[in-house]
Amino acid sequence: MKILVAVKRVIDYNVQIRVKEDGSGVVTDNVKMSTNPPDDNAIEEAVKIKEAGKAKEIVAITIGEEKAQETVRKALAVGADRGIHVKVDNVIEPLAVSKILKKIVEKENPDLVFMGKQAIDDDCNQTGQMLAALLNWPQATFASKIEVKDNALEVTREIDEGLETIEVNVPAIVTCDLRLNEPRYASLPNIMKAKKKPIEQLNASDLGVDINPRIEQIKVEEPPKRKAGIKVASVEELVQKLKNEAKVI
Amino acid sequence: MSVLLIAEHNNKEVRPFTYNAITAASQINEDLHVLVLGHKADDVAKSLSEVPNVKKVIHVDNEIYENYIAENYTAAIIKHAESYSHIVSSANTFGKNLMPRIAALLDTSQVSDIIKVISEDTFLRPIYAGNAFATVKSNDKKKCVTIRPTSFDPADKSGGSAEITKSDPAEASSSTKFLKKEEVKSDRPELGTARIVISGGRGMQNGENFKLISDIADKLNAAIGASRAAVDAGYITNDHQVGQTGKVVVPDLYIAVGISGAIQHLAGMKESKVIVAINKDGEAPIFSVADYGLEADLFEALPQFLSELNKLNTIQK
Repeated sequence: MKILVAVKRVIDYNVQIRVKEDGSGVVTDNVKMSTNPPDDNAIEEAVKIKEAGKAKEIVAITIGEEKAQETVRKALAVGADRGIHVKVDNVIEPLAVSKILKKIVEKENPDLVFMGKQAIDDDCNQTGQMLAALLNWPQATFASKIEVKDNALEVTREIDEGLETIEVNVPAIVTCDLRLNEPRYASLPNIMKAKKKPIEQLNASDLGVDINPRIEQIKVEEPPKRKAGIKVASVEELVQKLKNEAKVI
Repeated sequence: MSVLLIAEHNNKEVRPFTYNAITAASQINEDLHVLVLGHKADDVAKSLSEVPNVKKVIHVDNEIYENYIAENYTAAIIKHAESYSHIVSSANTFGKNLMPRIAALLDTSQVSDIIKVISEDTFLRPIYAGNAFATVKSNDKKKCVTIRPTSFDPADKSGGSAEITKSDPAEASSSTKFLKKEEVKSDRPELGTARIVISGGRGMQNGENFKLISDIADKLNAAIGASRAAVDAGYITNDHQVGQTGKVVVPDLYIAVGISGAIQHLAGMKESKVIVAINKDGEAPIFSVADYGLEADLFEALPQFLSELNKLNTIQK
């Protein structure tokens, strides 16, 4: 089997983001960037499947500016075999991302496409499902457990009511939840080795897909701030405040 | 200009967030139709026809809609999409799984997780775990929108009498099979809609210690939540997780116990009306959003909290 894993470069999950004063977005200059966390789970799962002898090749792909390549390089360091970087200059919407990924899937013919269930920057949670629709492939979203069977996957999904298990025929799209696995760290020798692995560069404009935005971002603002609270000295005081001041119990 | 809302239900009852989504959908346009895809879900269709905001219910009954198979749902929704300007659903795991599949087939850029309807094409939505709010305008002809249920009040459930029309199913997908659902049954209020939520984090140290939380939850008729750390560590099941990648809750009272308050957790609870934090680390970020902070060892504070609650003559339910 061949697995394509899509990874995205986002502001690191530990960074307290700041909104630009002109309302045009958030500050990204000199801000630490990393791989979108559930995309790390997607790579890890692909590597585990390959280690179990059930996949032959893992291709990592990212779409973004020049530096987005770092995320592919990281994927190569934990076990992907080769990389693809599709260059775009501006931020593009999940619909455009899925159209680009469709082109790549048609060229690469993977059996599975893995990616994180949502990106922690725009919090859209759309790309995997959209790609599945465009390819007319089955989708298994929010996966917390994947079992590879003959020409099918049994996937346990985290849903609001608990867990759901479905079976999807291959080829399929899986979007990964954070609890799917524990992503490994790349060892130094593997980081060095990854530098020699090939990354193919493509321009989105050469793929013949419409990636123009359909959604206008009118403004970005800070959410309303909560009023500062108080510290209480004892449990007794806390209960009194909740009863008599906040009147919630 | 009409809006089509996709109902979430279990074939017997309407799932509660559908009512919140109805409120938002009818703010987009008053001509709101609801699509019920289900198996023997006549009661669901009937309940929804009684919602005053709903103008029409379209009911498709077939065994292929007994469970939520996004592929099957999508095929049926696409059949009806032609007549509508907006397709909407709740932004919970139901709608998140489903809507992008519809949007892509309609060649529409979806607007996810809106918290406010500004006009028929302009919406407010949180980004970066709620650390920024974006006002976005959709320029697509047909719009696909998911709604953060906790940002809208539930619609009135009775007084209406919308027409129910039956419609034929679409083709079923042969490549996805439902195997099983492990639902966590509980007598407690649902986390998403509970008036009071008490949540535990890594500070609980193990699953058994969550008894300290459940005792208080019983007393307050509260739902139980958890941080991602507590779920990852196996203290409690995933359906309890509050945060950016879990559930968003907006209760009247949120009590965070042994939770440090990473931005990803705050994203799921900081709109709560009153927030209490109990943590032994006085510097924990959770205190920055707490109305009442108690710096204390939770293993001493929680039993005391329960005994103080027991002393009260009345407790609001």
